[in-house]
Amino acid sequence: MIGTASLPETGCHQEIVRLDGVSFSYDAQPILQDVSFRIMERDFVGLIGSNGAGKTTLLRMIVGLTRPQHGNVTLFGTPAEKFKEWNLIGYVPQRSHFNPLFPATVREVVLSGLYGRKKMFRRMSKSDIGRCEDALGAMKIADLGNKRIGALSGGQQQRVFLARALINNPKLLILDEPLTGIDLETQTNFFQMVKHMHQRHNITFLMVSHDMDMVRSYLGEEPKERVGKLSFYVRHSHDLEDCRGTDLLHSLRKEG
Amino acid sequence: MIAITAPLIGLFLVLRRLAMIGDTLAHVSIAGVALGFLINVYPVAVGLAFAIVASFAIEALRRTYRSYAELSIAIIMSGGIALASLLFTMGKSFNLSVTSYLFGSIYTLDYTDIYVIAGVTVVVLAMVLVHKKELFLLTFDEDAAAVSGLPVKYFNIMLSILTALVISAAIKIVGALLVSALLTIPAACSLALSRSFKQAVVYVVVIGEAAVLAGLWIAGIGNLAPGGTIVLLLIGVLAVSVATSRLIRS
Repeated sequence: MIGTASLPETGCHQEIVRLDGVSFSYDAQPILQDVSFRIMERDFVGLIGSNGAGKTTLLRMIVGLTRPQHGNVTLFGTPAEKFKEWNLIGYVPQRSHFNPLFPATVREVVLSGLYGRKKMFRRMSKSDIGRCEDALGAMKIADLGNKRIGALSGGQQQRVFLARALINNPKLLILDEPLTGIDLETQTNFFQMVKHMHQRHNITFLMVSHDMDMVRSYLGEEPKERVGKLSFYVRHSHDLEDCRGTDLLHSLRKEG
Repeated sequence: MIAITAPLIGLFLVLRRLAMIGDTLAHVSIAGVALGFLINVYPVAVGLAFAIVASFAIEALRRTYRSYAELSIAIIMSGGIALASLLFTMGKSFNLSVTSYLFGSIYTLDYTDIYVIAGVTVVVLAMVLVHKKELFLLTFDEDAAAVSGLPVKYFNIMLSILTALVISAAIKIVGALLVSALLTIPAACSLALSRSFKQAVVYVVVIGEAAVLAGLWIAGIGNLAPGGTIVLLLIGVLAVSVATSRLIRS
């Protein structure tokens, strides 16, 4: 568990992400101006905006790939620059970012979700391999384990990247345009799965999209906050009786 | 030994869309070699120094000017050869040494060369074996690697240095003009044939080693240039690999 003593908490919910006056310009063109927002535990945040509104830039700042030029990003109570517990964050990047000719099997990709600073000089243990199988099972892609990632359909690849992000049992899951480039039926299935995870498990979501419809039906018509060209839609979940963390992958597998 | 390390590093380079880097660093390294001759310092070492500087420059350019990185690489490459031609003609021992560095000559290796090559092999293999998981993630998805907390900057620098080391060491054997082939062609064969990353690494090393050994043997028998023989053999293997992969697919 996170051991910092100064976590701001409201009841059983802690503040997962805090943005304070975050600003970013690219070549003197301001993209984000004074963005302030809080994401609380078990929120599902939909970050909607047209292309160029700064969604990806903001996301990159939250996962630590970029630094804001002004303002602060705080993760789990720690300033982003000092944050080290990256296993708490699962990140599903945009699909356009990977090379489909890369010779990697689904299993190799999902297992790589465990690679990080802590495992740098260590081998993958039996329990690590076991977790990989859990993740494949939970995402219903166990039969695809030995296939090359480039040979899968868009929807299947999406599940692989989601499995990779979930293998660490993260508390925050960030999805960058997960519904883009896949057919409507697959989009619906994917979103159903994500909704289910949000409702039944202790996990916080941040999803970036430019597509309103699917998101609005779950998150409501009105955004909680509008900053510049960005809209933050939020839905909170309380459906678990208590807020203790459960092992997401095991639960997903049991639910079948 | 170079037959293992060059293809291995080459696999990572090709997958990161840096296939041109072998050529560039080799051309720049040659300028260093020429300088080494002039100032009477072990040429491979000067070549290595030049290659390392160039690899940092290329990495910096790759990050800053993603769209124009190719152009910068082309310019650095020409600059390297131009400088090399100037430096070589300024010196006295022109013809023989230059040819051996341009086209490779395994017969004129001295003990220093062999120690250097062995040393480079050990360092590269050690780094790759220890960090194979991290290198996989870094090559497959650099953003995901950064988000996992991996020190991406250091890995990139490490890869640049390893590339410079391998190229400088390989120049003496296959020659500066053909080093790039030893980096890229085994990788190309491997990518055509492999069904997993593990397989890709095995194929790349096996194909590289086999081609070099066979090439040297044939070159020895037929009194042919070793570098050229190895590379032509590699191209042959590539043709067979692609044909095989087509056959498997259909």
